[in-house]
Amino acid sequence: MRRIIQLFYLVLSNSFFAALWRRTIYQGSMKTICVPVLNCYACPLARTSCPIGILQHFITTRTFPHYVIGVFGTLGMFLGRWTCGWLCPFGFLHDLLYKIKSRKIKLKRGFTLSKYAVLVILVIIIPFITFETWFCKLCPQGTLEGGIPIALGFLGEELKSQILSSPLFYLKASILIAVILLSIFIKRFFCRTICPLGAILGLFNRISLLRLRVDESKCDKCGRCISICPVDINIYEDPNSPECIRCMECRKVCNRDAIKLELR
Amino acid sequence: MKRLFYIIPLVLLFISLIFWGAGRGELGETLAKASVICLSCIGIE
Repeated sequence: MRRIIQLFYLVLSNSFFAALWRRTIYQGSMKTICVPVLNCYACPLARTSCPIGILQHFITTRTFPHYVIGVFGTLGMFLGRWTCGWLCPFGFLHDLLYKIKSRKIKLKRGFTLSKYAVLVILVIIIPFITFETWFCKLCPQGTLEGGIPIALGFLGEELKSQILSSPLFYLKASILIAVILLSIFIKRFFCRTICPLGAILGLFNRISLLRLRVDESKCDKCGRCISICPVDINIYEDPNSPECIRCMECRKVCNRDAIKLELR
Repeated sequence: MKRLFYIIPLVLLFISLIFWGAGRGELGETLAKASVICLSCIGIE
């Protein structure tokens, strides 16, 4: 079911198929919508805005981003990181990449703190000082959804030649390749260590209305939930960890029905 | 029940931020920013 919703949202948020013959990106009113998932607005097919791109834009103009903070807060208060697990196109790609058969590596918990450093340094401090959206300059999702289609000539030859002669594009492509490779071996590598959006939404996990509850009288701590968890959290000790993406894989494998998703 | 005492004010605060931002023209600015190809995102500059 989750895969179907992820695929449906991927198509829904990137459904400007007229870009194929108009050779321009979508410019309609849906672009005012910031859905808290990583979906680059430079993608020729994108219909919605990337909240991290918009957040940085307001920071570079030194204006308080009321709208984006309001969106983060409202959805975060209701859902926590649910959108990471069920809607995010980049998260969906990570889920698929981790299915590739290979030797898997467990990420140490300390590494998950790095996304907060990315948020503070690359999304807030550096854009504020330099007036440039530095996270976008390095973002692998921008390369995947925007850079590569345009480098393939999706929006004409002029942009294609500009991209192919830009060193920044090759740096971004290298970052994308590294993220893809690491995601084959490490569960949700980008989401857990780099994603500034995950860092913001994770702050709401402990207080959001949608939350996990483990019934201690039923749980026998068998560990099946921990082994299936795509972000490696210890569910029966900390069910509402900032890392939890509310994917509910743990609930599926719990044969004692000890894990509940509640809205309260 | 106790949680509602801080959840309701926070939700109202965040919803009011959305409307406050909309009133200040942030939706139009979001549209303007997202309607042009972001050169940083695609790797040109």
